[in-house]
Amino acid sequence: MRVVMPLFLVVGLALTAWVGWAIHLQGLFGVLVPYLAALIFVVGFCVKVVDWAKSAVPFKIPTTAGQQKSLPWIKHAKIESPFTTGQVILRMFFEVFFFRSLFRNVKGELRSGPSLIYGPTKWLWLSAIMFHYGFLMVILHHLRLATYPVPGPIALLDKIDAMFQIGAPPIYLSSLLLLIGVVALFLRRVLIPQVRYISLVNDYFPLFLIFGIVVSGMLMRYFVRTDIVAVKALVMGLVTFHPVVPEGIGAIFYIHLFLVCCLFAYFPFSKLMHMGGVFMSPTRNLPNNNRAVRHVNPWNPKVKLHTYEEWVEDYRDKLEEAGIPTD
Amino acid sequence: MAVPKPNELLKIDHKPPKKWWMDTKPTFRPGTYSYPSKPKNIEILDMWNPREWSPTDEDWKLPEDWKERILEGFRDLLKKYRSLKVFMDICVRCGACADKCHFFIGSGDPKNMPVLRAELMRSVYRGEFTKAGQILGRWAGARELTYDVVKEWFYYFYQCTQCRRCSLFCPYGIDTAEIDLAGRHLLNLVGCNINWMMEPAANCYKVGNHIGIQPHSLKDMIDFFVEDIEDLTGVKIEVPFMKKGAEVLFVTPSGDFFADPGTYTFMGYLMLFHEIGLDYTMSYYAAEGGNFGFFTGTIENAKKLNAKIYAEAKRLGVKWILGGECGHMWRVVHQYMDTLTGPADFLEVPKSPITGTVFENARSTKMVHITEFTADLIKHGAIKLDPSRNAGIKATFHDSCNPSRGMGLFEEPRYVLKNVVPEFYDMPEDTIREKTFCCGSGSGLNNDEFMEMRMRGGLPRANAVKYVRDRYGVNTLSCVCAIDRAVLQPLVNYWVPGITVTGVHELVGNALVMKGEKKRTVNLRQEPIPGMEEEEGDV
Repeated sequence: MRVVMPLFLVVGLALTAWVGWAIHLQGLFGVLVPYLAALIFVVGFCVKVVDWAKSAVPFKIPTTAGQQKSLPWIKHAKIESPFTTGQVILRMFFEVFFFRSLFRNVKGELRSGPSLIYGPTKWLWLSAIMFHYGFLMVILHHLRLATYPVPGPIALLDKIDAMFQIGAPPIYLSSLLLLIGVVALFLRRVLIPQVRYISLVNDYFPLFLIFGIVVSGMLMRYFVRTDIVAVKALVMGLVTFHPVVPEGIGAIFYIHLFLVCCLFAYFPFSKLMHMGGVFMSPTRNLPNNNRAVRHVNPWNPKVKLHTYEEWVEDYRDKLEEAGIPTD
Repeated sequence: MAVPKPNELLKIDHKPPKKWWMDTKPTFRPGTYSYPSKPKNIEILDMWNPREWSPTDEDWKLPEDWKERILEGFRDLLKKYRSLKVFMDICVRCGACADKCHFFIGSGDPKNMPVLRAELMRSVYRGEFTKAGQILGRWAGARELTYDVVKEWFYYFYQCTQCRRCSLFCPYGIDTAEIDLAGRHLLNLVGCNINWMMEPAANCYKVGNHIGIQPHSLKDMIDFFVEDIEDLTGVKIEVPFMKKGAEVLFVTPSGDFFADPGTYTFMGYLMLFHEIGLDYTMSYYAAEGGNFGFFTGTIENAKKLNAKIYAEAKRLGVKWILGGECGHMWRVVHQYMDTLTGPADFLEVPKSPITGTVFENARSTKMVHITEFTADLIKHGAIKLDPSRNAGIKATFHDSCNPSRGMGLFEEPRYVLKNVVPEFYDMPEDTIREKTFCCGSGSGLNNDEFMEMRMRGGLPRANAVKYVRDRYGVNTLSCVCAIDRAVLQPLVNYWVPGITVTGVHELVGNALVMKGEKKRTVNLRQEPIPGMEEEEGDV
């Protein structure tokens, strides 16, 4: 049920857009919903991040993944156990752009003997990299619909991405990456028993939603021809705040757009906020210079200490008898 | 409590059950949970709801307003800890952490997967604090805080050793220790805590050390060590206590005073300090470096114990502080002490009086780890070592979780070890350093009634020891942690017999060549040293 329900939900969303298109609600689905979704995304994202930021960081608790900086002749692991802000930035860079921690992944297996065997496992890392980089490139591609003239780098990306001349129009490498990534992430979620056990509706829903977006997008590009000029007019209208609803755009576009809107609106309330959260994780974004540079806790608790004087009173006779000084 | 035989324990099924986790409840089976705190310890620490109760009871005698207390506490923690708040929101349940937990590997219980341990709390966060969770319930992975949830929390939050191995592999650095500490704090608010955590904390607060040895008895124990050292080496040493104006205050976990094999490590420190002529003192009032208060998750408890160290350093007028071999003590010293009880502006930046090395990395906290200190001595040739006095020893090193993932102390102890033992072999790469496996008994779970889970949790560590035993003939497992010294011996006895557990400074003590010493024929444990047996005619 946890798998099927979100699937129905995404199908339902697609149908909603199709019905909207059929009964000529293009203004609603082409203009109002996108504006609303963008608003929810931006405001929701900011509210969430500000909300996190309002909570204190009482202690400096980096997870150290390498040798600390100590004696000058001991080699310090600058990235894995950063001491300076610059080193922290490097650590975060590898974390955010190359998924350093996932790359570290090892798989344990208990065999008879008993012996526990460990070995590197990169499937999750690879799926995640394909998914995220595919997604990033696809988003960058879409900028050509929202800019005029199209900036050089975007146009260049287009050329690189389409270098595999398979079919006409050429298949984008990025959309394939994204598709494979999303399918791989889904498959491991249902096929690995432990991962299936921990998975919630909140995990399947965004996967189906993104799958729907990718499929509708690819359909539009390769199978159901869509009037790209009209689409660009609509998107340009949105981004210049002079919305227009051109005639003749097919249902598939509205389905695609609506699913994208749903993803954006859902984003701030979901686990997708890991995009912002990864930057705020205290185990990664703090330096391991604890003993050298003091960290201040804004709410440092005051406690009643059992003082030396009180302690001496507790044991005065015994201390004196044993010749232990009590001054 | 009888622990099942190893082959029985090894029947581990890592496949999750058919029933979904929200529909399962823990069984409080002997060997898998720790006994609750005695009321007096809760009272000493001025905490909540002291009473007699048992986890196997239907009624846990929670206060009437238990739910409000927990939710109020939860809201409070979310404001106080960004870590907790962010970690409640951003987990994507990728499962990278699942097989990183020693308790999951050793038990197969799905709720021991770090992700699910955290979901136990996250589900309540969603159900009680988010709109979507309140409306959609289970469909949003949310549930209400019920009496049964409290029982489940108690079971699983005291089945985590806060080792942070999962946080290393998490793509967002989600730290189960943060979640576990928060969970334990919330349980504390309604009086659900365990005695093995609360009694040491209460003792330390009131008496000055975990076991509650009164100062005059502790003095007798120290005198005993002095006699032992004289018997072994012919050198009479002095152990200064409560000495005002000493240069250094030395603080070590009290396990080193009273429990073998920690005692041998303690003798090692004393011999070293004597040999280099260190002007130091110890204190009966602040005789404890370990901090079981930290494990309670109620940070005030950690402060109550930790603050005594700086207070005593100030009263005695020392210049800086040296800390002994201990795991979680060093997490607290390294990551919490300065923030919690500093600034230590009355102390000086630590400088080794022997080598002149300034410990820049301890510039603010003013506390140096003993292996940093000793490594520096060795590097400068300030002490004479004879590794052949550890003849027959093939050593490996267990990286304790806290100094590894909460400090980054990897090379210092290895450098010391390699200089004092004839042969050293590391365990496999994925089981040491930052990826080290927990002893299975940390964070206050080193009690006897929890033995079955301890053996399960310690399986990955023991198995890595087995690897180097079978491959290289390793017979000695060294470590820099008092809890390790106490718990690894029963662990290896159970899984890999024939291994001896030692502290690093026990091996230093053996190898240390002292001025005016007699020929050593036995080591600190009074065991004959191979090749140095007393020959006839020797006196």
